[in-house]
Parts: sequence; structure tokens; C-alpha cells
Amino acid sequence: MTAPRGVGARLPFVDGIEKVTGAARYTADLSSTGALVGRILRSPYAHAELLEVDISEALKLPGVRAVVTGADCDQPYGVIPIAQNEFPLARDRVRYYGDPVAAVAAVDEVTAIEALSRIRLRVRELPAFFSSADARKPNAVLLHDNKPGNIEREVHNEFGDTDAGFAQADVVREELYECAEVHHAMMEPDAALAVFDAERGHLTLYSVSQVPYYVHLTLARCLKMEMAHIRVIKPFVGGGFGHRTEVLNFEVICAMLARAARGTVRLVLSREETFLTHRGRPESQIRMKLGLAKDGRITACQAEVIQRGGAYGGYGLVTILYSGALLHGLYDLPAVKYDGYRVYSNTPPCGAMRGHGTVNIRFAFESLLDAMAKELGLDPFEVRRRNLLQAPTETINGLKVLSYGLPQCLDWVEKASGWIERHGQLEQKGPLRRGLGMGCSHFVSGSAKPVHWSGEPHAVIILKLDFDASVTILTGAADIGQGSSTILTQIVAEVLGLGYDRLRIVANDSAITPKDNGSYSSRVTFMVGNAALDAAENLKRLLVTAAARRLKVSVAEIEWLGEAAIVAADPERRISFTEVVEEALVGTGTLLIKGTFTCPPEFQGGKHRGGAVGSTMGFSYTAQVVEVSVDMDLGKVAVEKVWAAIDCGLAINPMSVEGQVQGAIWMGMGQAISEETVYEQGRHQAANLLDYRVPTIVESPDIDVHIVESLDPNGPFGAKEASEGPLSGFPSALAAAVEDAIGIRFTALPITQMRVFDALQKKPQTTPPESVSTASARGDT
Amino acid sequence: MDCGGWNDPRNGYPMKKILRLSVNGKPREDAVAENALLIDYLRDTLGLTGTKQGCDGGECGACTVLVDSQPRLACSTLAHSLAGRKVETIESLSHEGNLSRLQRAFHEHLGTQCGFCTPGMIMAAEALLRTNPHPDRTAIRAALAGNLCRCTGYVKIIESVEAAAQEQSV
Repeated sequence: MTAPRGVGARLPFVDGIEKVTGAARYTADLSSTGALVGRILRSPYAHAELLEVDISEALKLPGVRAVVTGADCDQPYGVIPIAQNEFPLARDRVRYYGDPVAAVAAVDEVTAIEALSRIRLRVRELPAFFSSADARKPNAVLLHDNKPGNIEREVHNEFGDTDAGFAQADVVREELYECAEVHHAMMEPDAALAVFDAERGHLTLYSVSQVPYYVHLTLARCLKMEMAHIRVIKPFVGGGFGHRTEVLNFEVICAMLARAARGTVRLVLSREETFLTHRGRPESQIRMKLGLAKDGRITACQAEVIQRGGAYGGYGLVTILYSGALLHGLYDLPAVKYDGYRVYSNTPPCGAMRGHGTVNIRFAFESLLDAMAKELGLDPFEVRRRNLLQAPTETINGLKVLSYGLPQCLDWVEKASGWIERHGQLEQKGPLRRGLGMGCSHFVSGSAKPVHWSGEPHAVIILKLDFDASVTILTGAADIGQGSSTILTQIVAEVLGLGYDRLRIVANDSAITPKDNGSYSSRVTFMVGNAALDAAENLKRLLVTAAARRLKVSVAEIEWLGEAAIVAADPERRISFTEVVEEALVGTGTLLIKGTFTCPPEFQGGKHRGGAVGSTMGFSYTAQVVEVSVDMDLGKVAVEKVWAAIDCGLAINPMSVEGQVQGAIWMGMGQAISEETVYEQGRHQAANLLDYRVPTIVESPDIDVHIVESLDPNGPFGAKEASEGPLSGFPSALAAAVEDAIGIRFTALPITQMRVFDALQKKPQTTPPESVSTASARGDT
Repeated sequence: MDCGGWNDPRNGYPMKKILRLSVNGKPREDAVAENALLIDYLRDTLGLTGTKQGCDGGECGACTVLVDSQPRLACSTLAHSLAGRKVETIESLSHEGNLSRLQRAFHEHLGTQCGFCTPGMIMAAEALLRTNPHPDRTAIRAALAGNLCRCTGYVKIIESVEAAAQEQSV
């Protein structure tokens, strides 16, 4: 192996060889000889009452083995137990263009497609709402009868005294910021394979999930099956970024089809269908107000957020709560008032996406802070330094901050980017104007309160030690490409002092691995990592005891060397790891050693309603500087370079941390310059990877990453998250860099070439910088 | 249920014809539907699932394979258009069980995270290194411009290709 150490090693991913050889099997790659082909019929209406779904002609088609509709499942589901209002197949009502209505399983694709064309829908169309404003109009038809005003959730809270704070301020400013809806666009399209064992009545589902445990619960609920009769397996997964942090309709539909057909069904969605399944970041309007004293101290913050949530609940209420909660925890804010509105609309449901709930409001906050600092003659770095937290501390909304490396992050990016010499003074060449901007951000290392509160630990790991003297790590933590299996392996290797060739990891098979809540809210390194640490320490204790027994000394006299144990005072007396294992198994046989982790209640957030959202044991912190060039003739913004410093507590795998930070910042870049979903009367106009503009390698910059290790007191070896926080700081840093280059501050995302071009055409040549909202250019979406 | 005739060309199913070509160094002779796409032939007929389908046609580059050493999108190529040609997929790159220089570089430099774009990315890079063994960053970016990755931000992909090119020159 490349490094002698576990923790701190730049270890290639433990499953990387399979990925580079093509041997890795993703869901659509699984052997499915004889499987039926599943297909979904989707609503061609944005909003309609479903009067009849006539499947009789489809059933008559030779080769059709099953047709299922909303009549086959009357159990609503959804990630939040108190807000379940989605059915795998629509019943009574379709609420967005693309809402699944029926599904078929047939002997082949041609037959399945023909069968779908024979299903007849009888509907009564309803008025449809594609914007938050329209959906909130007084007489708007309700998408869900129990949600007046089409408001899924309102959040109103105030911490500290904002009136007093604004009264104390020397400058108070308010601005409207707008962010288009964005989508995860993970590279693997959605897919599931369901195997129904008709003889036993058992079901096995293979799927692309980030949350196999939630899938398991939902299958039992929707199919009214015993949980014990269900097995959920997660094969290799081609990314998620939040798309797969809730159970998705196609997973349940695939299982319904397999049971109805009494066989195996393979359901592979197209890229277009994957876009329609959505669950991305909502279109948001944010009215941000800040008060600043002359010295740059923030005296008060007030924010109103309106999110267009789409047709169903999903993670919606969590998203709108996150936006308010994570105003806190980055800077020292004495008073914050927050009003959030999550609105139902006839568009695909939004959900969790990398940087859940924080990205758009961070764009607004950082943008306004920059503008006000400028007015006060303060450098962007300086105004942030005036508002730093002092860890350990607790924010006014009850979030604990025990480690805080933001000051060191600021120092590094300021120096690395040459900020002091270069900001506002970059060389302007021909039509190219260059500029620098900066921004800060943070994110939770796992939500301290689980969605499904069961009284169980937050994370469980099992280590299996057997006659072959290998250690198998059993985990339910879903590796979706972020490298969680690698991180857990490194932690176990570090504690036991063993080489990687003795360690194996098996992830995600409910028949084998312990339950895990899943890969979301950047919880795995912190929570499952701590469970792995606990398990490895438990196993080590047992091994040291066995070694002492074999060497006939006390436990205290043993020195553990990993591949061997010795008597500390007499190193000649040693036994190999294999011999230690032999001794450890005497009288007991195969060992299954458990480790657990639980977030103590004092970390689970404030007592106010919704206070659990945003609570965590450790925040990551990021500062970044973005350099852009803007072509004054074409309006084209090119990101030339990014410098980012992250406080991730401790880098268990520095190479992986760099990869996560680069990926997150780059995803923020996509949202900032080119990505947006577009709906025309509810129809997705960009449901492919050409019209939905994910940046290519040509327009992607070098990203230098510096790691700050603040050693969190509760993280495993001090580690915190590294993959979500860095995203949220990018959009405002880019807007600031564009302003530095051309003197125009954009307040709406994305800042596309067309919008920059239009703004440049309108800009008088000599006036000072102005704010430009480009929202009106977005049409009726 | 009566399934008689469901595979019959008279019911709208395509005719199959014999396709002769070389895949990963081996001559093949298979009965393949006239309208079959290369990606389906590789994945479904030959079981070579290393070639990935990430989009609905020509959007993402995940299905990139080599045809006579040139990069080609398997999702946008009719299998029968390659009669007599030489097709290489990700499965062909390792030699005697050892990773190729690009595979090793992508593995060791974390040019792969979720891995779904990786086979296509490596095949596109392979085509580049065969014609340009010492590409600069602009050449690397140009050669991989049609291959999307959603995990890495491409930084470590570029570093991986550079590392492979360096190893090649040693």
C-alpha cells in the first residue's frame, strides 16, 4: 500500500480498481437474464383530476406481464413522517408533467412501450401554477387540500432583538436575490431491479439509493409487506448529491411491478425521466436585510425566503427550515429574524441537494455583506474578520460550535490568491476584464437528530473477525462515490494498525450489513466514522486481551504492533496477528464486534419548533477566492482559478478531501454561471445534459485546496465534513469577482453569458457599480 | 399469456443480420438487430457493461469506446456500421491483470469518484495519448470536452491524464 498509516493517508479508494476497469456493477449493469422490462406512463398534464386509468387494452397485449396503477398502492410515503403526501403512482390527481400514473412490465422494451400507448387516461384538467407567486394567489386551486394557500410550511422565528439591532446599525440595506432551480445531474440515471420470490413472497430490490434503509421502510409500507420479507441492496452508485436521499417513486414502482408479475423487473429510467424525478434545489426568492455598524460588526439580519417546492412534500419542510437555521453558525450574529415559505407548485418535486437549504441564502447574505462593506470602505476579508465566532460557543438559535477554523481559512486564501495586491487591480487586456471575489460558507457534519427517531444509536458498525485472520467491515453507509467505504476502512486500519490487505468492507445489503440512516447531511465520516472507531477499539481491546493470555502476561504489559503483539518489557516475546486471532477465537469462534455512535441530546438543537434542523456536532468552514475574466464584447464569464481553504477538522484522507472540495466548488460554479431548469407551461425544456448546462472540462478552472485542521473534539480523530460546505460560498464569490471585473453586481443566478451581455449593453459607461437583477429575463418560469 | 410472435419481424421487430467485427481483440460473429446501437450490442449481447449509458443519446460521453483507435459514442453508433472494424472498450485496457497507465493514474490520483463517467473518460484519454503522448492541459481539455463528470470538477481528471502521460514517457 502507498502509505503506512490509516488516518491521514492519501489512500486511493478501496473500490477504485473496479471503477477504472469497468468491473464495477451499477444497478443497470446487474445480470438480469430473463428480467421483464419495466416502463412508466407519466402524466402529460401539469395538473388534473384523474377520473379513470383504463389499462384493459394494455393487459390484452401479448407479452405484457403486469400493469399497475395508483389503485395498487393506497399508502402515501415521503421522507418526513409527518408530511407524507406522495404516492408511487398518482391516485385521483396528477400534479406535475411527468407524475407517474401507471407502469407496465413486459417481455421486452417494444412490448412495454406499446403497452403504455394503450393505456387511456380520462382527466379533468385543473389550473396549474408554475411560480410561487401564482400558487399563492388568493383563489388558487390547492394542490393538497390540507395546505391552504399552497404553503407546505411557513417558518417564522426571531432570535435576539432585530429591531434593536437595526436601530443600532450605522448602515441598513435590503436587497432581493433570486436563484433559479438546479438539479443534481449525477452521471448515473435512475435505475432499479426488483426480484420477487413468489414462492416465499419475498422481495429483493437493488437500487441507486443513498438511503437504502428508508427504501426498505417505504417498500414495507407501500407494498404492505413484512420488513423481514424485504431485502435492499445498493450496488455501485454513480453519484447522488441529494437526488437519492429520499425514496423515489420508481423504486417502489419497480417493486410493485415485480410482485404483480411474480418475477424480476428491471426499470431503467431515461435521462429525461431522471430530470423529471428531480428533488433538486428550489427556485428561491430571498429578501435579505442586514444592519452593520461603521466598524463592520453585523448588528442584525432579517431574511425572507420563498421556495418553489414543486408538487409534493419531499424534504421541503427541512429545506425551508435549513435556510433559516444556517444563517447561523458561520458568523457571530446578535439578532436574526427569519420568515420562510415553502410553496407547492405544478413542477417536479424539489428536495435535498448538496448544501441543502444553505446555498441560495448564503449567496444572498454574502452578496449583501460585500455590498455594505464596500459602502463602509471595508475590504471583504476585513468585514468577515470583524464578525467571527469564538469557539467554543453556542449560537443564538442553539447550535453548538466547538471547532472553528474559518480565521485560518481566510488567512490562507487571502495570501494564496494574492488578494491584497491583486483585488481591484488586475490587468485589463483587450476586451477581457479580470476580477477577484471571495466568500465564506459552512455546513453540518450530519444532522444531530435523525428523521426517523427510533431510540437506536445514530450509527452502527460491525467488524467480523474469523479463522482467516481477515477483518471484514460491515456497514450500511451508502458509498455513492464520495468514498465513505474508504474512509471507514482507513479508520479501522489506523486503530488496529493493520495493512489494508487484511481489511475488506461490505456495504449495503440489508441481509448482511447493519442498519444505517444513509448518506445525507454529510453525516457518514462524522457519525459512521465514530462508530467505526468505536468498533475498532472494541476489537483491539479483545485482541490485546487474547495476546496477553497467550503470552501469559497482563494486558498492561502488551504492546500492540498491529501485525504482531509483544511484551513491552521483553520484545523477544512476540506473537503474530494470526496467532492472536487463533487465541481470540478459542471457545467463542467467529467474532462479530459492534461499534456505535450517538449524538448526545445537548447537540440536537434549540427547543424552538424546527430547532432540530441545522443542529450538528460540528460545522465545516470554507473560505474561497474566485478569479474570473469577463469578455466585454461577448459577455462570457470564464472562471480562471479558485483558491479554497477548508476546515474539515482533520483530513482522514487528504486526497479525498481535495476531491470533495473541488467537486463541491465546481458544482457551485455550475449553479452560478450556467445551470437552471426551465419549464414551459410545466413542461421541462432542459431535461437533458445539453440544454441543462453542466460545465464541461473546457470551462472548468484549476482549484487549489488547502486543508485547515481544527481538530473537532467530537469528530473521529477530529474530522468533520468536507463535501457540502464549500459549495455555498462559490456563487457570491463569483458575483463579487464579476463586479470587480466589470462593475456590475448580479443579484440573480445563474449569471449566464446572455445575462451579462444584456447587462453590459444597458450599462452606462461612467457610472459607479450598480445592482442588476436579471430575473425578468427568465420568462414565465 | 400468449407471447407467440413477439419476436417476429412481421410484428414490427427488426430483422437480425450477422455482424462481424473485432471487439477487444477478439473476432466476433453475432446475429444483431439491424437497428441495434453499439452500446446495446456491447452491454446486452456481449455483457461488456463497463461502457455506461448516462444520457438519452450523445449528451454525456460516458459510453465512449474506441473504433480503430478513434473515440466514438457507442450510444450514437449503429452496431452494423462497424462491420469489419476494431472496437475497444474499457475492459480491454488492462494487460495480464495489471491496470493500464491511465487506469492506474485515475485510480491513484482520484480521477474517479463515483466511477460512472470513468470508463468513457479513460477511453477518450486513451485515444488522446495514442496520438499525442505528451499533451498539454489545453489538449487534454479539448480531448475530454465531450465527457461530463459530476463529481471531480475535472481537476483530478486532468492530473490523472498528466500522470499517465508522464509514466508513459519514463
